[in-house]
Amino acid sequence: MIVLGIESSAHTLGVGIVRDEPPHILADVRFVYKPRTGGIHPREASQYFMSNAPEAVREALREAGVKISELDGVAVALGPGMGPCLRVGATLARALASYYAKPLVPVNHALAHIEIGKMIFSFKDPLVVYLSGGNTLIASLSEGRYRIFGETLDISLGNFLDTLARELGIAPPYVVSGMHQVDRCAQEGKNFIELPYVVKGQDVSFSGLLTSAIRLFKQSRASMNDICYSAREIAYSAIIEVSERALAHTGIKEVLVVGGVASSPVLRRKFEVMSELRGVKLGVVPPQYAVDNGVMIAWTGLLLLKHGVHVRPEEARVRQRWKLDQVDVPWFTRTDSVRS
Amino acid sequence: MHSVYKVRVRKPYRDPRLDTSLIKNRCETEAKILAELRLRGLNVPALYYVDVSKGLIVMEFIEGPLLRDLIRGGSEKIFKYVEDLGGLVASIHDAGVVHGDITTSNVVVRSDEVYLIDFGLARYSKRLEDLATDIHLFIRSVESTHYSLKESLLRCFMRGYASIKGREFTDSLLLKVREIRMRGRYVEERRVRRDI
Repeated sequence: MIVLGIESSAHTLGVGIVRDEPPHILADVRFVYKPRTGGIHPREASQYFMSNAPEAVREALREAGVKISELDGVAVALGPGMGPCLRVGATLARALASYYAKPLVPVNHALAHIEIGKMIFSFKDPLVVYLSGGNTLIASLSEGRYRIFGETLDISLGNFLDTLARELGIAPPYVVSGMHQVDRCAQEGKNFIELPYVVKGQDVSFSGLLTSAIRLFKQSRASMNDICYSAREIAYSAIIEVSERALAHTGIKEVLVVGGVASSPVLRRKFEVMSELRGVKLGVVPPQYAVDNGVMIAWTGLLLLKHGVHVRPEEARVRQRWKLDQVDVPWFTRTDSVRS
Repeated sequence: MHSVYKVRVRKPYRDPRLDTSLIKNRCETEAKILAELRLRGLNVPALYYVDVSKGLIVMEFIEGPLLRDLIRGGSEKIFKYVEDLGGLVASIHDAGVVHGDITTSNVVVRSDEVYLIDFGLARYSKRLEDLATDIHLFIRSVESTHYSLKESLLRCFMRGYASIKGREFTDSLLLKVREIRMRGRYVEERRVRRDI
């Protein structure tokens, strides 16, 4: 089975092609919209996607060496994400599916981040820690869906880091040679400043931390390095703390860290220390697949298609707020023995 | 009576200065709150000993099954227990305390009575926002661990809560809970710019 997948929920237009036998990944084409200033402008991003969409599909087919007639299905990320961006992918997918009469598979973007991670590490029943610009949540499979144990009560971890960097005047670009500007700036930080550390049950909150950190900076009461160091330490520690507690509550033996922020080497190190302490397996999705891409959509689409999930083109509408715990996961077959 | 000790161990993944401050503050608050709630006659572990500098608390060991396991085991009495839990949480809120981590695995049933344990994230607060967060956390825990029983368990919990705090206050609290849940990421019920 060969499936083409389209991703366009935020800054990346990705077209991936996968098949069910190894090597699974046949093509991975990406066009990344980079704002000159500020954050992602949805309309500008979508226009950039539109002008590159035909080339992305052509290039993916060329890279995979398959003809469009050989595809078994077309998968597309319909949400969650930014409406104008998602609509480009949806339009493209509907056109391909109806013109070439292929099954159209609706894919939840969050689920795709998880499934590509499970494929890379051969994990069966992981605790999922999903950290990106849009998401910060902890979930695991229960009763046929990923249930959310904890999440941010306000802004995401990626949003926190990006906004802090922008307010401090050190971004964009937000990530330089694989390291976030806040992590870079924190390297020279020596003093630890007490800032709000907010953990409520399994939930975290970063908005108070962000406001306090920016205020310190504007009042010139601390060096930029110390602010970055302290704010980052607090934010990362809160994430590790709730992950550790979720492991203790559930008895799960695998931790899968997915999403763009998973690329932070500093955060990764903290996860390594915690996993070793608890004796659990850790999988941090490598940067190449942690960021948005079409391969993960294609792969999840393939799994869904194998379970008979597909829709008519007119039913494939974008859902900007399509939450992870609203998606049925048909390949859910957990044996309780995996957990202690 | 059996006792149990709780030591907050240093976490090597945290900056030592952050670690020290978290351990000290949380240990101190937990001990104060346990003592105060117990003095009010509420079902929480009794405080026996505390050493803040070591992050050490010795308290009563509440022996019995976890509410989580009773629910999973399909015990008939779970609805009564969850209603009692609602009442206990309301009384704790009346004392000006929020628990901060109400999950069904932090509830023990001993001789048919419901006890709330692990006040590690508890703090003093009377703000509606904080009380509502406690309720939100309980709802979250039921959603993620006992999804199919969600509706009935929540109804029992709120009935117990209202029996202490009154219907009117409970309704205003539930409105706040709803507001908090709507603030979350990707909440489908929320429609920004509905009028456009």
